[in-house]
Amino acid sequence: MTDVTNGEYDAFLEALAAGEGYYRSCENGHGLLPPRRACPHCGDRNLTERDLPSAGEIVTHTTVSVPTPQFEDDAPYVTAVVDFGGVRLTGVVRGIDQTAVEIGDRVTATVESNETDGERTIVFRPAE
Amino acid sequence: MTQVQLAGTGMTTFGSHPDRTGRDMFADAGLAALEDAGVPAGDVDELFYGNFVGTLSEGQGHQGPLMAEALGTTVPSRRIESACASSGLAVHDAVRAIRSGESDVVVAGGMERMTNMGTAGATKGLASAADDLYEVRSGVTFPGAYALMARAYFDEYGGTHEDLAHIAVKNHDNALANDHAHLQQEITVADALDAPEIASPFTLYDACPISDGAAAIVLTTPEYAAEHDLEADVAITGAGHGGDTMALHDRQSLSKTPATRDAAVDAYDDAGIEPSDISVAEVHDCFTIAEVLALEGLGLYSHGEAIGAARRGETRRDGELPVNLSGGLKAKGHPVGATGAAQVAAIATLLDGTHPRADAVDDATVGVAQNAGGTVASATVHVLEVME
Ligand SMILES: [Zn+2]
Repeated sequence: MTDVTNGEYDAFLEALAAGEGYYRSCENGHGLLPPRRACPHCGDRNLTERDLPSAGEIVTHTTVSVPTPQFEDDAPYVTAVVDFGGVRLTGVVRGIDQTAVEIGDRVTATVESNETDGERTIVFRPAE
Repeated sequence: MTQVQLAGTGMTTFGSHPDRTGRDMFADAGLAALEDAGVPAGDVDELFYGNFVGTLSEGQGHQGPLMAEALGTTVPSRRIESACASSGLAVHDAVRAIRSGESDVVVAGGMERMTNMGTAGATKGLASAADDLYEVRSGVTFPGAYALMARAYFDEYGGTHEDLAHIAVKNHDNALANDHAHLQQEITVADALDAPEIASPFTLYDACPISDGAAAIVLTTPEYAAEHDLEADVAITGAGHGGDTMALHDRQSLSKTPATRDAAVDAYDDAGIEPSDISVAEVHDCFTIAEVLALEGLGLYSHGEAIGAARRGETRRDGELPVNLSGGLKAKGHPVGATGAAQVAAIATLLDGTHPRADAVDDATVGVAQNAGGTVASATVHVLEVME
């Protein structure tokens, strides 16, 4: 862990960890993660903060066996993209048997430490 | 608009060369290209040089002038970085320089030295083509990102890991005749399916190797070529460059690559051709699924159709549309910053009959090269044609 922060990314992780995840939405309904000042899809700068829905659905996933050094002790682990309706997030799936993870699984998002260096990581766990 | 003649090509053998410096590898490729073109270094007006992680792997910034020096000149130069599309973009910008009338002779190319970083270092370096905050810190690796796209593709259109294995087998087979290839090793579908998993559904044989190497081409105007009696029978008649969001989760579809589509539309429009005019292609198969996404993005197949192309034999050497006759990134190797220029060089030599696999496309007059950065947040497409 370092003393240097990454601005709104860190603020987003803190909010997500506290169960107060959020995202930004442009006037055309494109969901974005902070920091964003403009929508890359339509250029809109009038972004509204919205609450991240409590659960989302896995849209794709992979079990990573050859990790980057920062996930060396975590491998093999599952990474997934989850659609929360309005915005999508990428994170590590925990609490589901790795071979049983499927597209369509309902999960919630939180923040946990990775096993390699203790850095915070977006984590998905089964909903309910 | 000035026509862009391709006068010469050069490349190092792609492979594991951890003890060779970047400047030495680029000199090898660049001087070979100048020699092939019959152009003295003193006539070069500009250098467009692609490189991805040279600041990490060699601790060397400001590589443009260093690489110009390696060719025996101190002309204006720049290092272009667009991850795995770095030298595709170098070629694209070099084409612009000729067309604008600013330059008569340019060298475009690229170099990457990666095996000296070790597997962990190279994996980290390659992952930096993805969004550091929202992807890499969420466990995404380079193979992992394409694995996410592969599974999304299977979910949307169908297809199996076995379909992908046929792509690996085809490209390995093509590389057997290419002495510049990193991997000259015949594999079977069973070998590919049984190899160790790296990021499900991918095994080792779905991934290109980590390679070192360099490639370069020489571009000139028709006037310069005529005046100096150069053999330049192939021209780059179309160039396109497309973009997309960095992170996969910000895209509307995980199984389509609009950056390739946009680059292709521009390149075809430029050249005045249709996808049906193309008879040979080199596409960016960093992972097997990437060849599928490229062929669909290029409009050579409808969405959902390219997954079975290698299995059905259509993209094999004896098929209707041979793809990656060089061996592709998969077997020729992927020295990241050199790949885009090497693809253009492969198409040029396939069209002029000097490539070891040129026999497969005897009558071809139009070829296309597609180069992609990261998970195709950037892409370039070039159309090459034999000039009468
Ligand atoms: Zn928008």
